[in-house]
Amino acid sequence: MKQNTLSYKIKQYFMFAGPGTILFFCVVIVPFIYGLYLTFTSWDGVSSTKPWVGLSNYAAAFADKDYWAALGRTAIYSVFAVVLINILAFFLAYLVTSGVKGQNFFRSGFFVPNLIGGIVLGYVWKFVFNRAFVALGSAIAGGTAPSLLSTPNGAMFCLIVVSVWQYAGYMMLIYVAGFMSVSEDVKEASSIDGCTASQTMWNVTVPLMRASFVQCLFLSITRCFVVYDVNLSLTKGEPFGSSVMAAMHVYNQAFTYKNYGLGQAEALILFVVCAIVGVTQVMIGKKGEVEA
Amino acid sequence: MTENEKAARQKKISHIIMWIVLLVLFICFITPFLLVIINVFKTKADITANPLALIGAHGFTLKNFPEAMKKMNFWTVFGNSAIITICSTILTIAVSSTAAFVIVRNQKWKFCTFIFSLMIASMVIPFQVLMVPLVSVYGGTLGVLNHRLTLILMHVGFSVSMAMFMFHGAIRTNIPLELEEAATIDGCSRWQTYWKIVFPLLKPTVATVAIINAMAYWNDYLLPSLVLTKKELYTIPIATQAFYGTYSTDIGLVMAALLLAMLPILILYVFLQRYIVQGVTAGAVKG
Repeated sequence: MKQNTLSYKIKQYFMFAGPGTILFFCVVIVPFIYGLYLTFTSWDGVSSTKPWVGLSNYAAAFADKDYWAALGRTAIYSVFAVVLINILAFFLAYLVTSGVKGQNFFRSGFFVPNLIGGIVLGYVWKFVFNRAFVALGSAIAGGTAPSLLSTPNGAMFCLIVVSVWQYAGYMMLIYVAGFMSVSEDVKEASSIDGCTASQTMWNVTVPLMRASFVQCLFLSITRCFVVYDVNLSLTKGEPFGSSVMAAMHVYNQAFTYKNYGLGQAEALILFVVCAIVGVTQVMIGKKGEVEA
Repeated sequence: MTENEKAARQKKISHIIMWIVLLVLFICFITPFLLVIINVFKTKADITANPLALIGAHGFTLKNFPEAMKKMNFWTVFGNSAIITICSTILTIAVSSTAAFVIVRNQKWKFCTFIFSLMIASMVIPFQVLMVPLVSVYGGTLGVLNHRLTLILMHVGFSVSMAMFMFHGAIRTNIPLELEEAATIDGCSRWQTYWKIVFPLLKPTVATVAIINAMAYWNDYLLPSLVLTKKELYTIPIATQAFYGTYSTDIGLVMAALLLAMLPILILYVFLQRYIVQGVTAGAVKG
């Protein structure tokens, strides 16, 4: 009886969920709302006054050529990285579920890059690109080969390579779960009906794994759009700022150039772009989902 | 040869081909790590001369390790990372499983549905949107940066929604309400019901949440770098970044520092790989 009164419920709620709710509001909701307010000010990060400037930060963000260049670059990078990550991950998942010897060993092996943070991975690859590949290139071509990281397109290429290497193992695990969820009965039925192995693969298994594809694409898109750690350690935006991704531009705008309001406005635009792309992809993906 | 034998043979051949492809890919995947390992035992001059050689001209050396450890303050940094990771993980589990418990059992109450939807919606917000206001509020107004506790609580606040969502699913599908009613009739308070009946049944989800979050905390760079700016509070990723900034030309030391930064989690992975792979899969598929 007493369990239905509002005060009992509130007391229960705060006893159990109080700490979680408070922390969540303190670090997510309050900063989010406060961040919205900051976009209307021209705060420099030091002064105690935050002058109200209306929409001029948004106007400045839309006029900021570097920002849009960084956003465009991020889009190009994301397209390449997402496609390659998913192709490689799917291929790996196919290989490690086909019943070859040591498939569990390979599964854990391909996952290893995910264990290590982007900062460390970036430096490891920086060494590989700057020293090992240069030594290899010089040995093959003779003379001193330039490092891939020293040209704008090369730096972009390196970033894509590292991201694909970093995330493929993780996405592979999701595809493996997808492969396992397709029951043998359906595959057997299709082969009795006369499908070849590849027909079974493309017409039966893949459509049934649609949920895995939707999820992997969503995860890889949202991660690639806000790539920062690897960007910082591998290229640091070099050469000549040609590999500055959107997240790094936002960071620099806010913390290096102290344009907090502008930086926040640009972060918000990045969020909106990222959310639109992610949600559209999920909606399109969910539409054609088939149930087994 | 009968049809069956032919098919079996074909299958065997295709397995061998697949195995070779896997092996080649696997070697490509671990080459960067192997390069670090072969170079960490060389002197700086040898690495510059030939980073691909297995052993340098000046032979095998262990000199890089003690120097890198001293310069990056390895044990302090490692301790910071460990304290922050362990405390944040335990707190996350405690805070989010209790929250999920009360939210699942009050599904008809609008307030709970509202908080639940708010948490789910918040999961799409990237950290970049929150970092400026976070620094502004906690650094400027409240001045609580540069404490490990601040970082721990922030970590928990950021992961509580995801963890709560996973516990929510586990409680809703795996724990019948009748079980709790029975406990109540037997005289358990709500706390006792949670602690003695519900929590023990959540073990698999606890493992998943712990693994996903501990890995994320251990490797996180951006948030810790904004919160902890004092050298003695650095975590491993920040220390690696700072170290590289100062000693990037001393490539032997860099190799040792990178290997040291990777070793703890790799050693853990050797022992717990089954759980880590399972946990990550479960987390990814449910999330």
